[in-house]
Amino acid sequence: MLKINKLHASVADNEIIKGLSLDIKAGEVHAIMGPNGAGKSTLSYALTGREGYEVASGSATLDGAELLEMEVEERACAGLFLAFQYPVEIPGVSNMEFLKVSVDSQRKARNLVPYSSSEFLKLAKAACKQVNLPLSFLKRGVNEGFSGGEKKRNEIMQMILLQPKLSILDESDSGLDIDALKIVADGINSQRDGQRSFLVITHYQRLLDYIKPDFVHVLADGKIVKSGGPELALELEAEGYAWLESYDRNAEQEVNA
Amino acid sequence: MTDQLDEALQREYEAGFVSDIESRTFEPGLDEDVIRRISAMKEEPQWMLDWRLKAFALWQKMPEPDWAHIQYEKMDFQSISYYSAPKSMDDRPKSLDEVDPELLATYEKLGIPLIEQQQLAGIAVDVVFDSVSVVTTFREKLKEQGVIFCPISDAIREHPELVQKYLGSVVSQKDNFFAALNCAVFTDGSFVYIPKGTRCPMELSTYFRINELNTGQFERTLIIADEGSHVSYLEGCTAPQRDENQLHAAVVELICLDNAEIKYSTVQNWYPGDENGKGGIYNFVTKRGICHDSAKISWTQVETGSAVTWKYPSCILKGDNSIGEFYSVALTRGAQQADTGTKMIHLGKNTRSTIISKGISAGKSNNSYRGLVHMGKGAKGARNFTQCDSLLIGDKCGAHTFPYVESRNPTAIVEHEATTSKVSDDQMFLCRQRGLDPEKAVSMIVNGFCKEVFKELPMEFAVEAGKLLEISLEGSVG
Repeated sequence: MLKINKLHASVADNEIIKGLSLDIKAGEVHAIMGPNGAGKSTLSYALTGREGYEVASGSATLDGAELLEMEVEERACAGLFLAFQYPVEIPGVSNMEFLKVSVDSQRKARNLVPYSSSEFLKLAKAACKQVNLPLSFLKRGVNEGFSGGEKKRNEIMQMILLQPKLSILDESDSGLDIDALKIVADGINSQRDGQRSFLVITHYQRLLDYIKPDFVHVLADGKIVKSGGPELALELEAEGYAWLESYDRNAEQEVNA
Repeated sequence: MTDQLDEALQREYEAGFVSDIESRTFEPGLDEDVIRRISAMKEEPQWMLDWRLKAFALWQKMPEPDWAHIQYEKMDFQSISYYSAPKSMDDRPKSLDEVDPELLATYEKLGIPLIEQQQLAGIAVDVVFDSVSVVTTFREKLKEQGVIFCPISDAIREHPELVQKYLGSVVSQKDNFFAALNCAVFTDGSFVYIPKGTRCPMELSTYFRINELNTGQFERTLIIADEGSHVSYLEGCTAPQRDENQLHAAVVELICLDNAEIKYSTVQNWYPGDENGKGGIYNFVTKRGICHDSAKISWTQVETGSAVTWKYPSCILKGDNSIGEFYSVALTRGAQQADTGTKMIHLGKNTRSTIISKGISAGKSNNSYRGLVHMGKGAKGARNFTQCDSLLIGDKCGAHTFPYVESRNPTAIVEHEATTSKVSDDQMFLCRQRGLDPEKAVSMIVNGFCKEVFKELPMEFAVEAGKLLEISLEGSVG
C-alpha cells in the first residue's frame, strides 16, 4: 500500500528525515514511536506535502502512485489522510459544510457521483455518533471552540467519512483523557477492514493498548532504528528512549572498530 | 501560498464586455448649459432645473475631499460625458418586448435574464443603462397595491409632490462634493414609494450598468416607505473592462416614516481595474436614510468591484425607538482600494444600531473600515454595537479600521469589537489535505468569515454574493 524508500526530507535546510524506508501493506497497522525531535511530524508532513517540508531524495508511493510528485489535494484524493496533532479552527464554516465539500472533492477526483444532501446527512450523523460527539457539532464551525479532545474526535469523524486508504494519525492520543482515548481508538479500530492501512504516530505505549499494531518502529534521528512486533512498544515503555543513545554509541563504536 | 493566492486572484472580470448599442452621448464637459440640456432631455419642470443649478453653483465652490485612506489621480471633471443613452430609448419602450434585443442580451450575459425574471422570480427590476432607466418590470402590478416603482425621471414628472418634498431631504445639495455633483447632473435611478401599511409584495431591484466610454454614471435613488410599510430593495452594478477610470457618483436617500422598514441590499461589482491599478470605476457614493419613530433601516452591502470605493451608507435615527443596521462585506484584491463603513447618528430615545463589517484584503489592495457612531443629547438609553473584522490573504495587502465615537448622552452605550486575522497556512493545509483545491479552500474560508453578513441578504442574492466572492477570489490562492 504505502512504500517509502530512502526518504530524505528537510525543514529550513535542516535535514530531519535521513534515509527512511518503510513498507506498509494493505490492512496493516504500523506504529511509529520515538523521542521528541526524531522527525515523526516531519515524516507525516513530508508525505502529505505540506509547504516548507522539502524532499531531497527518495520516493513514497501509495498503491504504486508516486505521492511526492502530487499536489497536497491530489495526495488526499489518492487516499492519503492525516489526522492532525493540533487541528485548526475555521470560523463560520460549519463542520457539515466542510465535511460535505471534502467528501465531494474526493469523490469527484475519483469520478464518483457526489452524495445527495440527505444521503450525506445520514452518513455524517452516523459518524458523529460513532465518535460520541453531539449532533450539534455538525452545525458548529470547524473546530470552533472545541476542546482538545473534541478536536481529536472531530478528526476521526473526518477519517470515517473520507474512508482513506492510508491514514496517518499524528499523536491522536496527545492531550486525551482515558475515556476520549478509548473513543478515538474505537473509531480507528472500526475502520480496520483488512484493506485500509494505518500509520499511528505516538509518544506513548498507552494508545497501543487500544489499537493493536502489527508492527512497531522506532524513529530516531530521522531513521527507523528498530522494528518489531507490539512487544517492542512495551519494551520502550519500560525502558524509555534513553537506550537509543547507547544504541547509537554502539553503532558508532562498531563503525570505528 | 502567497504565489498561489496571487495566481488565483488574477482572474478576469466576467462582466467586462462592451455592448454594441447605438447611443446618444453628450460631448465631455460640464457647465450650466450641459445641466440645462440634461434637464431638457428629461422634460423636467422648472423647479427641478433650478434645484440642479443651485447644486452646481454650490459644487463649484467645494473642494474635493481628501480625508479617506485612498490614493487616486484626481479626476478631470471636464473630460467626462454627463449623459449617454441608448438611441432606441428615444421612444421609450412600453414593455420588455419593445426593448432593444442587444440590451436584453447584455443583461442575459450578466446573468440577469429580464424576461425570465419577470415571469418566474417575482422580482420587479428597474434597469439603468448608462444615464437612463431602460425598463422597469412589474410596474402595473405593483400599482394595484399603490406601490410606485419607476425611473426617477418619470417620478419627477408624474409625482412631483413626493419628489419635491423628499428629494434632498436626507442628502442635501451641499452635503459633500460628490453628492453636490450628483444633484447637479443626475440622470436617472429608481424611485420607490410604498403607501401606508403596505408590505411591498415583491423584492424590488435595480441593475446599473455603465457601458459607454468616458461617461460618468450619476444615479439618484429615492425610496419612501410611508408609515407602517415594508420594502426590500436590491441594487446590482457592473461595467465593461476599460483602461480609463470611470466615475460613478450616486446618491441614495431613504425615508422611513413611523413604524416602516426598509431593507436595502447592494451587490456591487463594478470593474475593479487590472492588477496594476489601471482602469476601473471610481465609486464615490453617498447613501443615507432617515428613520422616524420605531422605523428600521437595514443596509447590507457586498462590495467586490471598483478601483476605488468611497461609501458610507448611514442612518439618521431621528425617531424614538428607531433601529439602524449596517452589514458589510468589502473584498479588495489586486490594486483595489476601499474606504467604506457607516455613520449611525442616534438622535431619538432608545435608538439602537448594529454594525457588522467584514473586510477582506488580498493582493496588494487596501481595505479600510471608517465608521462614526454619534450619540446625540437626546439619545437617552441608545445603544450601538459594532463589530469590525478584517481578514488578510497574503502579506502585501492592508486592512485599516477608523472608528469614531461621539457621545453626548451619558446613558447611551457604545460597544466596539475588532479583530484582524489571516487565512492561515494551517487552515489552507487542513482544507487541501481533505481534498479541496486551494481556490475552493480560500473561498470556503472567506465565505465562513462573511457568514454573519450573508445571512442578512435576501435568499437568492445570498447565493449570488457567495458565488461572486468565489469568482472574485479565484487566483488569490498561493
